[in-house]
This record gives sequence, structure tokens and C-alpha cells, in this order.
Amino acid sequence: MVVKVYGKAQAVCPQRVMHCLVEKGVPFELVHVDIDTMEHKRPEFLQKQPFGQVPYIVDGDLELFESRAIVRYLAAKYEDRGPNLLGRTLEERAKVDQWLDVEAINYNPWAFPIVFNLFVLPIRGLPANKADAGAAVDKLNKVLEVYEKQLSKTKYLAGDEFTLADLTHIPATRYIVENCGLSHLLDDKKHVKTWWEDITGRPAWKKVMSFVETGGSNYSP
Amino acid sequence: MGVKVYGMPMSTNTVRVLAALNEKGVEFELVIVDLRTGAHKKPDFLALNPFGQIPALEDGDVVLFESRAINRYIATKYAEAGPDLLLSSGTPAERAVVDLWLEVESQQFGPPIAALVYEALIKPMLGGATDVTVVEAQATKLEKVLDVYEARLAQSKYLAGAEFTLVDLNHIPYTNYLMKTPKASLVTSRPHLLAWWQDISSRPAWQKTAAAIPF
Repeated sequence: MVVKVYGKAQAVCPQRVMHCLVEKGVPFELVHVDIDTMEHKRPEFLQKQPFGQVPYIVDGDLELFESRAIVRYLAAKYEDRGPNLLGRTLEERAKVDQWLDVEAINYNPWAFPIVFNLFVLPIRGLPANKADAGAAVDKLNKVLEVYEKQLSKTKYLAGDEFTLADLTHIPATRYIVENCGLSHLLDDKKHVKTWWEDITGRPAWKKVMSFVETGGSNYSP
Repeated sequence: MGVKVYGMPMSTNTVRVLAALNEKGVEFELVIVDLRTGAHKKPDFLALNPFGQIPALEDGDVVLFESRAINRYIATKYAEAGPDLLLSSGTPAERAVVDLWLEVESQQFGPPIAALVYEALIKPMLGGATDVTVVEAQATKLEKVLDVYEARLAQSKYLAGAEFTLVDLNHIPYTNYLMKTPKASLVTSRPHLLAWWQDISSRPAWQKTAAAIPF
């Protein structure tokens, strides 16, 4: 039975999980959750994901949520397949963990309000908080200045290999670049720009984008 | 050369790391980085953590920041000493459940409790006045998370299962401060949550860690 991903194709966190599955060459089924009608806040959904957020996955007997925990699980389960996304030694793994937490704790809290206020709310015709978005842009730019220093030393955030620490950044950042008019945040930083072109040029990410654009529900490598 | 932790004894994120070291019985030196003098934004410290946030860990050649990542490193390096905090001898599914609840702590529990504790406890210590509307708004968010915890802890002794893990440990520093605010009732009004808190906060390693917090 293939892995089932419950979520919405366009949502950031399900994309993180789908990208990891595609990197590992693992088939999956995307089961659509209708966020627009608040399906994720209904009792049946809350039984699976008590915080009412997408995605969750079902892999055999295992049900999991929190996208960053899901990608850790998948990267460990398929460690010998595709790119090594977790690092190999204790120190390499610690660096991946460190940059995963940087994404979750220092990057996403600014990326999220930008995407929410400059893309998600406007396409729904809802009023956005431009001041919140503006403040977040300044904060995110400062974070990206630190990334620029790091990426002048290593090709990827956690070292010289692509890992989960890079992967988790991609979905929200793509909306910032393509849909929020903020591509300059990356383009004006030489090493960040090179990194961004590299990680979004990966065949697996392109496959995710085409899966999303064509409204796919079953992925097989 | 021993383990060095750069931080402050009253900082929750620093204390999270010290609590893990104490669970594992690892000796360490706490090197004070005084936020009040801006030491965390000076070149010496930025060389350890370019984001200028405490804590940072130095273990021989290994330099790490982000307290939760540091704790994974400690739990893995000292897997054999003390409790198996990441269930390294468990099944992949058991370890995945640990990862799930580690993310819940960081993503769901962390933001509202950090904002609540800052407003109700830290701000007055820095000479500011607590804004009660902020406390109430964060308490409302935190309550929703704690309702999920209460349901979870009715079925499971600890958040990730039958064993004490890093998940529980990572919650201790902020919950410890929450219990010193008028919003301690968020915990005491939920019987399973309260039993869990009494259990994890009475661990000898935490008692030792708490004794070094200056208030």
C-alpha cells in the first residue's frame, strides 16, 4: 500500500513532504483535504491531526503529522535510497538538525506571515496585514544575510551535500520569490541566489511542481 | 576538553540544554553570555552563532547552536548514559513519534508559551509592565495546545509514549516559568497534564538544573 499524504497540493507543508518522497523515489497518493471549506477543522480530520493542520501521512500502520517530523521519518526509512538527506556522522547529523531548527524557528516565523499576507489572503480576496508582512520582510532579510555568510563557506546549509535542511526551505520560499514580488531578497545575495537556483533546479522538486500544476493524485517514480 | 555551554542561567533555551546534559550526567562549564550587555551580538559570540542567540555548545571541535538541535546531539552522543531520550533502541515508528512530538513542542507549544512567559514574567523583571491583553491572547492559544496534550496524556504516560524522552524534557524550562505566573492554572486545571508535570519536574536531573536558576 502506498504512502498516503493528506493535504492540499498547493499548501507549503504538504509540498515539503511530497518533495521528500519524490527525492527518495517513493510512490504516494495525495488525498485532497479541502482547506477552503475548513475540512481540516472537522472532527474526522482532528482525530488524525489534533491541531487541524495539513498534512498528515499514513504509511501502513503508522500515522504521522508535523511535516518536518514526517520528512525525518522518510529520510531515515529510505536512508539507502536516493540522496542522503540526514548526514552520515554524528557531527554531520547535528549540523543538519541545527539548520532544520533554524528553518523552523528563525526562518519560517518570518516566511509564513509574508506568504500569508502577500499571497494567501489576497488570492482569497481577504484583507491582509501589510504592516506585519513588511516587518517580516526586514526580519527575513537579516536571516538571509546570515545564510549568505554560511553559503559562502559551504555549498548547502549543513555542508557540501543537499539535505533536509535545504529541502524544508523550498515551498514557502518559492511563494515568496514567485508570488510576493520579493525575489530580490535572494537575488541580491550572490551565494543565496546560487543555492536557490541549485535546490529548485533539482529534478525531484521540478516533478513536485509538475505534479501540483497538473492536479495529480497518484505519484509513481 | 569538556563541554562548554554559552548562555545564561535564567534563559529557557540555555536551561533546555543544561537539563539534557544533567539527564546524561555530562559535566559542563556554563560560560556566561550576558544579554543585558549585548554580549550575544559581539564578534566573539557571533563566531559561535551567527544569529546572535543563546545558547551555543562547544564540544571539542563541534560547535552547535539551536537548543533543540543541541539536545538531539547530546541525546545521540550519550545514548548509552541515562535515559534513552530519542528511543535510539526503539523501532523507526517509535522514533518517528518522538520526532512528531518534538516538532509539536517547537511549532505549537513553543510560540504561545514563550510569548506568555515573556509578557507575564520576564518583562516585569526587565522593568516593563505586563500587558494583560497579550497574556490573555497567548493563554487562549496555549489552551488549545494543552487540550490536545491533556487528551494525549490521558492515553500515554509521556508525550511520545511510555518512556520519558527529549520531548518531555524540551517542555520543562518554559513550563517551569509558566508555573510561576498567574496562568499556572492552565496546567493545574488539567489532571493528566498536571500529573505529567509533577512527574517530569521531580526528576533528579531537573531538580539539579532548577537549583541553578537564579530565581
